[in-house]
Amino acid sequence: MTEDAPQGPDPRLQIARQFIEAIPHARALGLRLTDLGAGRAEIAMPWDGRLVGDPDTGVIHGGAVSALMDTCGGAAVMAHPGAGASTATLGFRIDYMRPATPGQAIRAQAECYHMTRFVAFVRAVALDDDPDRPVATATGSFAVERPEGT
Amino acid sequence: MRRPEPVRIIKSRRDGALDRIVAAVPYIGFLGMRFDRRGDELTAILPFDERLIGNPMLPALHGGATAAFLEVAAIVELAWALMWDEMERPGADPSPPIRLPKTIDLSVDYLRSGLPRDAYARARVNRSGRRFASVHVEGWQDNRQRLFAQATGHFLMPERAAGDD
Repeated sequence: MTEDAPQGPDPRLQIARQFIEAIPHARALGLRLTDLGAGRAEIAMPWDGRLVGDPDTGVIHGGAVSALMDTCGGAAVMAHPGAGASTATLGFRIDYMRPATPGQAIRAQAECYHMTRFVAFVRAVALDDDPDRPVATATGSFAVERPEGT
Repeated sequence: MRRPEPVRIIKSRRDGALDRIVAAVPYIGFLGMRFDRRGDELTAILPFDERLIGNPMLPALHGGATAAFLEVAAIVELAWALMWDEMERPGADPSPPIRLPKTIDLSVDYLRSGLPRDAYARARVNRSGRRFASVHVEGWQDNRQRLFAQATGHFLMPERAAGDD
């Protein structure tokens, strides 16, 4: 984007990282941003007994997986080169393929594959230690909030 | 004609059953959710907590926390309906086992920003079969008519215990 070779980390990605790391609910869930690039993000959620949905098996509750994937989707939007100042989820659809293996972290990978002036479109996948069998997939639409006049 | 049960016995059985479902799921405690019961009607309550914030600038509830709240409201409604049927029959087990459905899919519609205050949700079971259930959940805050989010999901119902009809 600039005439010179990039020096140091992309400032937009730094802003996106700060934005994500400041989210109180993400901190409560123990989310860790593990990768961030143009329009994509990867966030890990370590296994935590407080997040269990099925006490007989120790499987993490679907709601925690939704929160992880929603956060990751928002992160991918914020990391997109055409992102606005902020974003909010408009619609989110999640399919749960199988229970996440108890004791394993869940990793969400999200990609913002299309951006318009007002809306960003995202797809995401959630994986545990078996990368060939997703735990969940999701698609979402996010409202892109831009300052007036931009 | 059977004498009606004393109200105290009925309330203690129903409240006890609901408490057992809520206490069995650690994630309900993590979110800080509670349930209000009127007869068989449940209202899920999400008391406001700073940890539920997703956008500290506005501030607004986290979309993921909202989705989780609606999903839990749907699952508890289904588990509660299963338990109600088992414990309210004459001569039934007053303390039947907890049976939790599993989410197959959930579609969440965000209608307005979640404000930093308590939220409420009510789930309606549109169809409940032997294997699958379809549930719609409405979430609101100050005004019952102004929903801040709604969701529809499909759920896989738990296997019936051996020996059930």
